[in-house]
Amino acid sequence: MIAPAPAATAATPERYPHRDLLGIEGLTAEQIAYLLDKSESYVAQNRQVDKRSAILRGRTLVNLFFESSTRTRTSFELAGKRLGADVINMSAEGSSIKKGETLIDTAMTLNAMHPDVLVVRHQESGAVALLSKKVSCAVINAGDGSHEHPTQALLDAVTIRRRKGRIRGLLVAICGDILHSRVARSNIHLLNIMGARVRVIAPPTLVPAGASNMGVEVHHDMRKGLAGCDIVMMLRLQSERMQGSFVPSVSEYFHFYGLDYEKLEYAKPDAMVMHPGPMNRGVEIDTEIADDISRSAIAEQVEMGVAVRMAVLDALSERLPNFVPGNGN
Amino acid sequence: MGISSPVVSTPPLAFVNARLLDPATGLDAKGGSLLVIDGRIAAIGGDVRPAKGTEIIDCGGHCLAPGLVDMRAFLGEPGFEEKETLATAGRAAAAGGVTTLVSQPQTDPVMDEPALIGFMAQRARQTCAVNVVSMAAITKGLRGQEMTEMGLLAEAGAVAFTDGVHAVADAQVMRRALSYATAWNLLIVQHAEEPSLTRGSAMNSGEVASRLGLKGAPAMAEVIMVERDVRLAEMTGGRYHAACISTGEAIEAMRRAKARGIRATCGAAAHHFALNENEVGEYRTFAKVTPPLRSEDDRAAVVAGLADGTIDVIVSDHSPQDQESKRLPFPAAEPGIAGLQTLLPLALELVHGGHISLLDLLAKLTVNPARLLGLEAGTLAKGAPADLVLFDLDVPWRISETDLRSKSKNTPFDGRPVQGRVLRTVVAGDTVFDAAAA
Repeated sequence: MIAPAPAATAATPERYPHRDLLGIEGLTAEQIAYLLDKSESYVAQNRQVDKRSAILRGRTLVNLFFESSTRTRTSFELAGKRLGADVINMSAEGSSIKKGETLIDTAMTLNAMHPDVLVVRHQESGAVALLSKKVSCAVINAGDGSHEHPTQALLDAVTIRRRKGRIRGLLVAICGDILHSRVARSNIHLLNIMGARVRVIAPPTLVPAGASNMGVEVHHDMRKGLAGCDIVMMLRLQSERMQGSFVPSVSEYFHFYGLDYEKLEYAKPDAMVMHPGPMNRGVEIDTEIADDISRSAIAEQVEMGVAVRMAVLDALSERLPNFVPGNGN
Repeated sequence: MGISSPVVSTPPLAFVNARLLDPATGLDAKGGSLLVIDGRIAAIGGDVRPAKGTEIIDCGGHCLAPGLVDMRAFLGEPGFEEKETLATAGRAAAAGGVTTLVSQPQTDPVMDEPALIGFMAQRARQTCAVNVVSMAAITKGLRGQEMTEMGLLAEAGAVAFTDGVHAVADAQVMRRALSYATAWNLLIVQHAEEPSLTRGSAMNSGEVASRLGLKGAPAMAEVIMVERDVRLAEMTGGRYHAACISTGEAIEAMRRAKARGIRATCGAAAHHFALNENEVGEYRTFAKVTPPLRSEDDRAAVVAGLADGTIDVIVSDHSPQDQESKRLPFPAAEPGIAGLQTLLPLALELVHGGHISLLDLLAKLTVNPARLLGLEAGTLAKGAPADLVLFDLDVPWRISETDLRSKSKNTPFDGRPVQGRVLRTVVAGDTVFDAAAA
């Protein structure tokens, strides 16, 4: 749950008022802008030789990953270390989780060790929010099921803002497996809050029910959907969904929904291509586009990832618990 | 053949003194003419003036209508050439006034790959007298589990999707297929029966089956599937078509679905309004078909469904079976009726019986299936392909098995007196059947 916000003083711009970052939904444009601005300063810091600061010195950050991840876990680990925190990585493999411990018991156990920040990824939607209710530290959602992946949406937003100078008024197409994607959901929320227009492009079997009520225009034809777009966000399609259950085959998917130069022609000439990774080259994205630095921001997204996570940790540090367990609950 | 031009062009063709029937426009005009140039309808009306060199066909006041579009016909190729080939099916179709055959995917190999659709089209152009378009499979191998490459299959020419005589039983698979197909507005055609209720059945469930000691397929198996499918169509916005509807309750379900605005249509096979389960008699395997011949009440309900427009399409459900497949104990015999040549005379029984107007009947045999499948056939409009049937509406005759041109002669209608007969069939301006010459 979101901790009650202290009364903001009239003179200062709205800072980040919550103990946790569980999702983009529910944040305001000002709060998001605050995080994005903060991220920019860390981009500069991360390009220096000495990337460290001491905001989290003495603090403990635990990466608790119930679902495997390299990119996100490493990114949080670097972010924590650069801010001076002690970072512990815990994965589901080889832990008591595998031995049948419930999520809540795991949370209680960890909580007793007084971590300051828990970064949690879990395969079930809503699991991170559930865990956050049982601990007294700050919790960052690093991806829960098909629900949210807020730091991914923030890093995408920083990338867009740096390349395009703004978010408001841009036309953004999110393409691919919308149904199962937490990245898509967080981005749809963020882009709507920040005043962009959002389209989703996918075969009908990969569009969630009620999508058109979530502030997006739904397209099934890639060429029509990409027309006039400033940003093309591609999503990963898991191979087990391409054998006939949601999509008949890889070749059909790439033919109709894979991003190649021919389809990209329908977007604006300066349209930027994004992908949260890891990519399936030749499935959702043509390998040449992925490597085309004039069109693709994929490497930049990774760079922004570390900066955004530092900014989020920084913002949350302002209201970290002192010492006594349970005072945040 | 002209020396100056390498193109072989047939001379213009004029049909005169015809009763022109175009269900697409509601035209029913006696003493009309129709001009064909380069395989297409160039002019239609009362005063077509053919140029010199035009071949004139005096229709003698008989009916000239768009050639029939048979939305459900099993054509044997590839893999079942002992039952039928594209050539023999084409001959039977031409004799039956059918100018477009819609092949079914339960072939060997199954029509579940884009290259096969192109292969069928090429084979048909080489060997079949009438047009052939293909339905492709909904699921790979007709196994009811994984969707086929519907987008690529449609690009290759598939006009609709069906698992043939297999029902897509899994509701999630059907839901996703209906949903996926909306990306290209494709038609999903279902063999509507709940297989867990019909497994091992040989005929309609009821007193006749019980007396014969045969395992019955309950009418409810069809009703349940149609009820389920129209709900899935409503949920997904997909286009659903029940291929061969045969029970009163399922027709009622379809009637309600249409009233709700669901994109659902259905067809009925000629034998389902021409026969009932009593035809099985003493284990006549020619009367074994899937879905089975039903009760008399159901048969009457099919007629009523056709009359009130609930049933959109009439099909032959042509299923040729060689003797080895039928000369077996009833439960072991293959289902199926060779129906291409009996389609029109059986359908005309509904007109002669006063159940339906001639134009409404023809719509279900021409323009309705053509529109469902996105074909330009099925109309006498200027510019449309000159696919035509000329028929005598009233002449009485008896169906004879020996007249069947299909490779297989499995008909339960041998000896049946009917009224109305095909005189000439024309495909793209070429006469492919002429009763006078036959």
